[in-house]
Amino acid sequence: VTARGNASFPSCNPKVCVVGGGPAGFYTAQHLIKARQDVEVDIYERLPVPFGLVRFGVAPDHPEVKNVINTFTQTAKHSRCHFYGNVHVGKDVSVDELRQAYHAVVLSYGAEGNRNIAVPGEDLTGVYSAKDFVGWYNGLPSCEQLTPDLSGETAVVLGQGNVALDVARILLSPIDILKKTDITQPALEALAASRVRRVLIVGRRGPMQVACTIKELREMVNLPGTRPEMAAADFEGVTEALQDLPRPRKRLTELMMKTALETPGEKEQERRSKASRVWGFRFFRSPVEILADSEGGRTAGVRLAVTRLEGSGEGAQALLTGEVEDVSCGLIISSIGYKSLPIDPSVPFDTRKAIVPNTMGRVQQAAGLYCSGWLKTGPTGVIATTMNNSFDTARSLVEDLDSGTLDVSAAKPGSRSVSALLDKRGVKAVGFSDWEKIDCEEMKRGEAVGKPREKLLTVEEMLQVAQT
Amino acid sequence: KTGTQPLRSNSKVTVHFVNRDGEKITVKGSPGDSLLDVVINEDLDFDGFGACEGTLACSTCHLIFDEEVYQKLGPITDEEMDMLDLAYGLTDTSRLGCQICLTKALEGMVARVPESVADIRQSKDGSL
Ligand SMILES: Cc1cc2nc3c(=O)[nH]c(=O)nc-3n(C[C@H](O)[C@H](O)[C@H](O)COP(=O)(O)OP(=O)(O)OC[C@H]3O[C@@H](n4cnc5c(N)ncnc54)[C@H](O)[C@@H]3O)c2cc1C
Ligand code: FES
Repeated sequence: VTARGNASFPSCNPKVCVVGGGPAGFYTAQHLIKARQDVEVDIYERLPVPFGLVRFGVAPDHPEVKNVINTFTQTAKHSRCHFYGNVHVGKDVSVDELRQAYHAVVLSYGAEGNRNIAVPGEDLTGVYSAKDFVGWYNGLPSCEQLTPDLSGETAVVLGQGNVALDVARILLSPIDILKKTDITQPALEALAASRVRRVLIVGRRGPMQVACTIKELREMVNLPGTRPEMAAADFEGVTEALQDLPRPRKRLTELMMKTALETPGEKEQERRSKASRVWGFRFFRSPVEILADSEGGRTAGVRLAVTRLEGSGEGAQALLTGEVEDVSCGLIISSIGYKSLPIDPSVPFDTRKAIVPNTMGRVQQAAGLYCSGWLKTGPTGVIATTMNNSFDTARSLVEDLDSGTLDVSAAKPGSRSVSALLDKRGVKAVGFSDWEKIDCEEMKRGEAVGKPREKLLTVEEMLQVAQT
Repeated sequence: KTGTQPLRSNSKVTVHFVNRDGEKITVKGSPGDSLLDVVINEDLDFDGFGACEGTLACSTCHLIFDEEVYQKLGPITDEEMDMLDLAYGLTDTSRLGCQICLTKALEGMVARVPESVADIRQSKDGSL
């Protein structure tokens, strides 16, 4: 390390900040620190707690998926990395201020918006977005008040991706399984009292177009206490199309067909006959209206338009046939996708694709500005996908450092000037060691009730524990 | 197993990894260790490898083998196939490193770490 620079900024190592402490933020930081021995990375996160959707999205019964937290923790504890939680970029500090304080800014703030179904009745009691429902059972502070109404027998999930399957599985899981997870206590109690017995997972298109992956489907198929309920007619012609599919789609479709069509063996038959809960895909159906009960305030059902496919494979289009079908249900959860939101008017944003327009992670027409994760690609893919695209962004940044495209000749103040701004604005940042206090407290509370952790549910309480 | 052979260093299995840059790295592992264990024990630096720590929840430990080695790797479970189906650059001789345990028969095996090119086949309609 060369000791160039003036007295107030003794080192002029490249200073990079990352906006968002989810997988994208941590994987970007990890690669930057590893690829260059001189880069310093600061991560700014809106909440007092790190890890984004690994904490607030990934289902509580998927603890293995959360093992990535160990790697993120190593990154956060690296001497050239610092975590600043409880800092809302765009509100507490602007992107321009960050760009002045750092040589480069990487936007990795995810996709916190929601795609709406946009049909009449979507505001009725009993209609929720999957994003809020997931946030509720995972303890996202902004969703704590949701208290979904689980008094109806049938629930309809609109959408057939992995999130839809997470929601269906949580609604139908035996409570004995859930109570050993880090699901929040209020959610556990509500689910224990839930009267939901049947979950229909509705999609506009057919079995060959479902967006879920086979791991999630297999979990559904094997979920104790449940049996599948599907319409054989939906699978017409699928066998013939199977041969030409790539292996992942082929295996997924085969498992679905086996579940829907095959007469099960003796053991499975017995399992199914004892099942008290039911799940099933409903294909070729598109919601047109949420139906209200006689008082007009609550959800009593959903009107679905029957569709048919034009074309085949991933690109097949659903066309309306003109027929409709009403399904009675007391709960509707729309799971048609997350969506990124702009955080600062100075940052380019493609409102149609809902991403920051970029080339290999370089934000277009904004030198020194980068993006990674769901904000870069749109809200699809698993953590491994996010990891790869975040490494790609970090590679672009390192290339720009190596080639000199990214000018680091002038020293930058980094967190020092940002901390001063935050102080002035009365914002108290939460460091990684503060998070570790919250972590400890949560694990302690969890231990008392036989769970891996009992999450703190409000920002106030998190800050309180952080400041002890 | 012959009782006279001490299970020491000479019973270790040699593994050649080929990293993303095409570089060959030769290490040894103990029979019974998984290839993920070997990567960790030998401190091999494959970016992002083994994210879920061997719990069959990530596919980042994807490795590619030569046909004749692949044949010797033993049976593959549905659950491993399920995760493998999500891996980048899936081939007919791909496996997940955390599910493969070393045996003497695998002496000298080559395991290739696939490139991690951004997957352009990800669904484009934003549905999850
Ligand atoms: C319900 C659900 C379940 C999932 N389950 C799995 C699974 O089982 N396995 C799997 O591999 N993948 C799963 N995924 C996918 C995985 O969560 C994503 O790939 C990954 O989290 C995307 O990372 P990200 O960093 O881009 O976004 P995020 O994880 O959303 O992280 C963004 C971070 O930025 C912060 N932020 C937002 N705005 C600001 C701001 N203005 N200032 C500062 N910080 C801000 C947020 O608080 C958050 O911490 C799931 C996703 C969802 C939605
Ligand atoms: S380490 Fe995650 S599947 Fe092998």
